[in-house]
Parts: sequence; structure tokens; C-alpha cells
Amino acid sequence: MEKTEMSILNILTEDARTPISQIAVMLGETEATIADTIARLERQRIILKYPALVNWERVDVDQVEAMIEVRVTPQRGEGFEAIAEQIYRFEEVSSVYLMSGGYDLLVNMKARTMRQLALFVAEKLSTIEHVISTATHFVLKKYKDQGVLMDETTEDLRLKVTP
Amino acid sequence: MNYDQVLCRRVADVPPSGIRKFFDIVNVMDDVVSLGVGEPDFRTPWNYTDAAIYSLRSGHTHYTSNWGLLELRQWIARYQAERFGPEYNPENEILVTVGASEGIDLAIRALVEPGDEVLVPDPSYVSYMPCITFAGGKCVPVPTDMEHAFKLTPEALRAAITPKTKALILPYPNNPTGGIMTRADYEAIAQVLKDTNIVVIHDEIYAELTYGEEKHVSFAAIPGMWERTITLNGFSKAFAMTGWRLGYAAGPKELMKVLCRIHQYTMLCAPIASQYAGVEALRVGFDTDFADVQRMVAAYDRRRRMLVSGFREAGLSCHEPLGAFYVFPSVKSTGLGSEEFCEKLLYGHRVAAVPGTAFGALGEGHIRCSAASSNENIQKAIDRIKEFLDTL
Repeated sequence: MEKTEMSILNILTEDARTPISQIAVMLGETEATIADTIARLERQRIILKYPALVNWERVDVDQVEAMIEVRVTPQRGEGFEAIAEQIYRFEEVSSVYLMSGGYDLLVNMKARTMRQLALFVAEKLSTIEHVISTATHFVLKKYKDQGVLMDETTEDLRLKVTP
Repeated sequence: MNYDQVLCRRVADVPPSGIRKFFDIVNVMDDVVSLGVGEPDFRTPWNYTDAAIYSLRSGHTHYTSNWGLLELRQWIARYQAERFGPEYNPENEILVTVGASEGIDLAIRALVEPGDEVLVPDPSYVSYMPCITFAGGKCVPVPTDMEHAFKLTPEALRAAITPKTKALILPYPNNPTGGIMTRADYEAIAQVLKDTNIVVIHDEIYAELTYGEEKHVSFAAIPGMWERTITLNGFSKAFAMTGWRLGYAAGPKELMKVLCRIHQYTMLCAPIASQYAGVEALRVGFDTDFADVQRMVAAYDRRRRMLVSGFREAGLSCHEPLGAFYVFPSVKSTGLGSEEFCEKLLYGHRVAAVPGTAFGALGEGHIRCSAASSNENIQKAIDRIKEFLDTL
């Protein structure tokens, strides 16, 4: 990947709202170049979406989140793909990863209540053919997410003027 | 008691840093965006901090050798040789100091006899002149200017040399101008110095922070210059470790032994926990191709471009800094002096910058703006500076 593309991705993963004009200045390129590059990255599905990182613990809503370990029997000719698809099609599921180690798929999902989430696992996930077992781990507290500390302020601790 | 009679005039008469005054004003104002901070905004990477905490828990709470931990000096030797060129024997040619600041003082005191002249590019960092004066020497400013990208030119150097010239301070990459010296620039300086007895003190604390094609080269790596050069560097800027106070001086053993003598009687050694953090910074650095440094340099690079472009759009002439993390625009077109400009900017528009005059007489007409601040702050500062310029 060329250097400008990499720099754009670094800037946008840090702050997806960075205006194109500012990225252009930061990288010493024209706005047209940056806009074209970003458009191409989107077309190539390298950039997929520009979401906000939200600390839901500070929002007054009922929500639970769980990481579910799923062990499956891979299918001949299709490996894990077909089973993964049967899982990731559910809107309730926010992410599905194929993992190395003691289990095969790591499924992340959110629901309004613990009961709802548990029922989903029991009725939908466990019953998928070739799923051998599931282990549901509820998230109790998030300390750090995507490189960001949930509670630490970004206060500047430096003196305001130094040589 | 008449304190004027007891104080050493040579020391007491050195004026306080021009930065101090602004600091006092800024500190009591609200909602100030500060471009006045001369240190990284990044926190020290946790890896290094963790190593220091571990060293303390393991009972490493004692003095080290005057020279510093041998392990740290060995890492420094490798670091200097592989990153910037010159080779030093970790046994007797590298002295670990309390920040590069201590190194400045040691090098000057080791060399300067009363009446000796020390050449210092103007504008430059605030400490050289006072340290030279404390040692009884005479600071001789050597002019640099925007037209020559704030480089030290061989012509200006030649014109400043007298029979009393003892040393030349080479502060590149430069605070406050952001000027750098390339290998070719250094070779031209070497030509002027080669038949003299002048010692070069190369303060390369910003060595890692360069932005063009040309990477930093130590002056000691220029052929024939090793034997006359004291290299000063440290961990503050490149590794975001200002508060740890960890630096080093390196040079021929005949010189270093005298620097170490001052250090052993005045400082004894650099803080041991900081030295362990320094070992980790270099160990991790070599393991990761200095990824932490690269990440921070990339951020400074983007922000310095934002500042330069902001100033130019606002109509100020601004040279492109290729080193350190400062932008040094000219405010001469506004008709205001540096200090007046900074005061009006601060009181009227709540942006703190440092007047160029804090760094020498030739800083007049410029202001120093630090790129070590968040993108958001920099954008806010640029907007406010544009507002201010519109009122003039």
C-alpha cells in the first residue's frame, strides 16, 4: 500500500471526522487527491464505515453485551464459511471472528437483557447444525476499547509554556 | 542583609527566561490554546514506564556508576552508531546525564575559561547563553535567517571566529526555528573548522524529529570531526520522556573524563529508574524499528504542515521547518514586534505562542509555535490567529 493511503487510513481511524481539506494539508497533497483516494478506498471496501466509538455504560439504556465462544465441525468443501454465514446473518450479532485456539468462532452480540441474549444463544446459535458447543461470556465492564480508555480524561498535564 | 552584595553578579545578572513571563500570564487565564509547550504531548509509552516501575519494585533504588548503567551506555552506543553515525566506546566515551540540559552545562564548563568565546547560532534554545555566562565565557551569537532556512552558513561562522573562540554550539535540528543541517551543510562547516582548535558541541536532542528526505546526521560522523565533537542527546523529545530527565553526552574519552568529573561531584548520577526506562525505550526501539518514535514523528509532521499552511493562508511568511516540532513564522508584516504580537494574541484571542526574542535578538519579528499539540487545538489556534490578524 502506498504511503499516502496508509496515512489517510491512520488519520481516519484516529478521527473519522477529519475534513478532507485538513487531511490534504497534513499530508501535503491536494484535496482532489485525498478525495479520490478515499473514494477508491471506499469502493475497494477497505474503508467500510465511519462509526462513533460510544461508551454505552454512560448512556441510560438497558443493554448487555456478550462474547460467545462457538465450537463447530467444519464442513467438507466449505470449511467454516457456511456456518459463519448462518451466524453472521443475524442482525443481533455484531461481529464474528474465526479464531485459532480452543474454539472456532468468536461471536460478539448485544441485546436488551441478559435473558434475551441467553435465549438467542440457546434457541438460534446452539441449534445451528454442526455447532458442537457454545460458551457465553457477558461483558461486565469495558476498560479500554479500540485503543481508547473508557474513563481516563485526555487532560493535558503539561505546563502551558515551556522552553 | 544586602543580597545584592552577596550574590555572584555574573550569575544574578543573567535575565530570567523570556518564556517565564508568558507562562505566568497564561497560567491565570482560562480557555487558552497553548502553542507554547516545548515538549511532546504524547505520554511516555507504557512499556518504558512499566520497566521503570519494575526496576523500583525489584529494589533498584541506588546510585549507579557516575557514567550511568553500563547496559544503558551499550544501548546508546548502538543507537548513535546505527541511527546517526558516530561510534563511541560505552566504557569511557558516553556519559549518562540528567537530561541533555545537564550535558550543555557540563560541556561548556569543561571547556570554557573566563573570557573564552563560544559561538551560538541565533536564534537558538534559551540555555546556551546563560550556561556560557555562568562559566565566565562570552556568548557570541552567529546570525541565521529565514532566507537560508535558519542554517548555520560557513560564511557567518568564519566571520564570527576570533583567536578567543573556544567552542561552537550546533543546535540542529533547531529549537525554535525548525531548521536542520544536512550532511552537505555539515561538510561545509567542517571545512571552516578543520584547521582550528574549536570544539563543537552538537545538541541533537531533536535528532529523531526530521521530516524531509534527509535524515539527521551527527556532526561527529562527518570525516575528521569526531575528535572535536561532543554530541548531546537524550530521551525527552524522541521518546516522550521529558519529565524523566534522561540524556547523555558522548565524545572523545579525553573530553568525556572531564565532563564526568563535574558530573560526579555535582550530580553523581542520573536517576536510576529513568535509566532503566531508557534501556527499555532503546531495547523496544530496536525490536520494533522504533515504531513508537515513528508514530509520534508522523503526528508532528501532519501538525507542522497544518500550522505552516495556516500561517501562510493568514498572510504570514513562514519557512517550512524540516526538524524539531516548532513552526517559526515571521510576524514582521503586521508591524508588531514579537512580544507585542504574542501579548495581543494572548490577551485578545487566547492563543499562547512564544516571542522569538526569547531565543535571541534575531528571533525578533518571529513567534515560536509548537506542533506538539492535538489536531483540534492546532486548528482552533489557527482559526483564532486568523481572527486576530483580521483585526490588524
